[in-house]
Amino acid sequence: MTTVHLDEVQKRFGDVHALDGIDLEVAEGEFVSLIGPSGCGKSTLLRVVADLEQPTSGGVLVGGKSPHQARVDQDYGIAFQQAGLLEWRSVVENVELPLHVHGVDKATRRSRAIELLELVGLADFAQSRPSELSGGMQQRVAIARALAPSPRLLLMDEPFGALDEMTRERMQAELLRIARETAAAVLFVTHSIPEAVVLSDRVVVMSPRPGRITDVVTGERPGVDRDVDDVRESSAFFSAITAVREALRKGHP
Amino acid sequence: MTRAVPGAAGVDAGPRRSGSGWPPVAFGVGLLALWELVVRLAGVPEFLLPAPSAIAEQVGAQFSVILPTTAVTGGNALVGLVAGFVLGVALALLAAGARVVGELVTPVVLAASAVPIVALAPVFTTMFGSTTEIPRRLVVTVVVTVPVFVATARGLRQVRPVHDELMTALAATPWQHARFVRLPGAVPHIMTGLRLAAPAAVIASIVAEYFGGPQNGLGSRITSAAANTAYARAWAFVAASIALGLLFHFAGLLVERLVTRSRTT
Amino acid sequence: MVGRARGVGAAVVSFVLLVVLWELAKLLLPDEGVLVGDTRVLPRTDEAAMPHVWTVFGRLFEPEVAGAADPRTVGAAVASGALFTLGLALGGLVLGGVLGMLLALAMQRFGLLERAALPYVVASQTVPLIAIAPLVAGWGGKIAIMGWSWQPWASVMVIASYLAFFPVAVGMLRGLNAPAKADVELFRTLAAGWWTTLVRLRLPASVPFLIPAARLAAAAAVVGAIVAEISTGTRGGIGRLIIEYQQSATGDPSRLYTAILGAAVLGLVAAGAVGLLDVGLRRYRGSVR
Repeated sequence: MTTVHLDEVQKRFGDVHALDGIDLEVAEGEFVSLIGPSGCGKSTLLRVVADLEQPTSGGVLVGGKSPHQARVDQDYGIAFQQAGLLEWRSVVENVELPLHVHGVDKATRRSRAIELLELVGLADFAQSRPSELSGGMQQRVAIARALAPSPRLLLMDEPFGALDEMTRERMQAELLRIARETAAAVLFVTHSIPEAVVLSDRVVVMSPRPGRITDVVTGERPGVDRDVDDVRESSAFFSAITAVREALRKGHP
Repeated sequence: MTRAVPGAAGVDAGPRRSGSGWPPVAFGVGLLALWELVVRLAGVPEFLLPAPSAIAEQVGAQFSVILPTTAVTGGNALVGLVAGFVLGVALALLAAGARVVGELVTPVVLAASAVPIVALAPVFTTMFGSTTEIPRRLVVTVVVTVPVFVATARGLRQVRPVHDELMTALAATPWQHARFVRLPGAVPHIMTGLRLAAPAAVIASIVAEYFGGPQNGLGSRITSAAANTAYARAWAFVAASIALGLLFHFAGLLVERLVTRSRTT
Repeated sequence: MVGRARGVGAAVVSFVLLVVLWELAKLLLPDEGVLVGDTRVLPRTDEAAMPHVWTVFGRLFEPEVAGAADPRTVGAAVASGALFTLGLALGGLVLGGVLGMLLALAMQRFGLLERAALPYVVASQTVPLIAIAPLVAGWGGKIAIMGWSWQPWASVMVIASYLAFFPVAVGMLRGLNAPAKADVELFRTLAAGWWTTLVRLRLPASVPFLIPAARLAAAAAVVGAIVAEISTGTRGGIGRLIIEYQQSATGDPSRLYTAILGAAVLGLVAAGAVGLLDVGLRRYRGSVR
């Protein structure tokens, strides 16, 4: 069974053809990045999967259900470019939020949140205020929050876009570890070619006006046995980067 | 959606930076000294402006009257402040919850912000009787409701888009949306509304007394002292009014600080 | 412009609903109101306390005093009273506004003055300055300035201007200090002096702050003028009319309501005058906020 199934998806905003003829499958546990220039519809595609936008036509299945049902059942977790933590809640209360909204009792959601904070390495900051955390730490809290309902799918819309390069690389390594430990599939929107290549099983390259998938490049997602920094220095990594770059150029002459 | 008028809730000077304290102190002392000197040397008649020393003397002499008088006016202001605060927040919540309610309530409140609400005092007096404090408290209530409503409505509208998206992605109900995001997010605005409304409650309470009713508050005392040409005594009650206004101002400021202390906004 | 039409429609509907609510209260509540113990929690609704809305409007077109030689209608009396008070309030607004702007400019120019005086200007917004109204009233007829003896209406205008002064001073100062540091530094790199920076940068930037301040000041000036008329006993204005009509309210309740209606319209007209200023300065609004 596939986690995400998109069939001939179209999305129009008035005259603007944001998405056109999108076919895409994301397998269980697979890490798929969407990359392309601004306006290619990659965020819109993610939002269609999340049921934040309705497709104009075409079929969308998330875990075999309609996106609406998947959202109501909390089958996916989502992280945005801004961490979007609620500043009046402590860090652990922010992680609890999805469970709180869905009526999980206090003891259960607290122990789950502590577990998730340990996963993202922030157990010591459970009682801190979001404002006391750095940008990277806030984003890790947001990821922990997205993982709270134990989703089989993680949707991420440029979650590291606002971070500096060093923090960003650390966060990529963290995300790889988290994805491996939770075995969740990830649909990941990014602007950065190296980021897409180092994280993904597959890199989906898109072009704008209308938003289409022009190419799919195999990424260099490291397995359990391989260190992410070794990947970053390997020649396969650089050739994959070149492949993505050429695919982007081809789609945008 | 009707856009709230910027600053309609009051000119918000915001929390002041605490710098060196001497210029304001020197300015205040200097002004008082100048006032005293001018009054004495130029022989300013008392009805125009009594000397600070004469006012201070009257404050001492009238202290046993000033205290209960201030309590009456302050009590009316407090009751009206609490009632108006609750009413303002409740109306703003309703207005944010249902578009129809918002479209109906907002123009009335905005019109009320331009209208001299104190002129309602005689109406309330005929409606509720001239021997009770209720008309005055009602005037204060209406005066307070306006800025609290405006501030709360603004706070409820200013939800960060990312929080809106998050609550949608979490399949939260509208009520959960209000409880988890809108209302807590609006708290700093609501508190600003309270801080601006607190001194306005005192002013309304005093002004309402100029329109009749029991002769037991600061406003009535100022009028009667002035009518008896006891100008220094009248100024002593003015000083008490100022102290009461400052008390409400600082109390509002304190509540605002305590409630919003742990936030970054 | 559909949204605008809808907004106007909603405003009309909401005021109609207020009228309906008023009449419903009259219809449903007992004449003597509702008392809990000695406290009346709901108002008296008899003809003397809450006249019918149409009675109030009808009263506008009837003579002010029945059978008097002067056939002036209540409407004319209220209108002339409101106009008189409007003149005093606007005079006070202009006087206080100009003084407030000058103080703001001085405070912007001289940092020490700002540090010394601003706490008092801010505090003065929070203290009941209107309390001095009955005291300024005492000036009437007692002092003369260069042969011109002080008139009661001048007291009213002084109080109105006093109340209008502070919001304008604070708002203007915030506006003058509003330009971003980068903009101020740009002007410095252009070797622009204080005056050029003021005219080209600070004054335009202060407009979005000045307008809401002026709106507040206008409302304050109207309240100040009405209260001052009451405590000075100045004849001719709406404040005096309210008190006069209030004293005969038991016999003629709807007349009091016409005066209050006049006061409300007066407030809206003053706000409208500020709105005109706003329209005139529209091009300076924009992105500052």
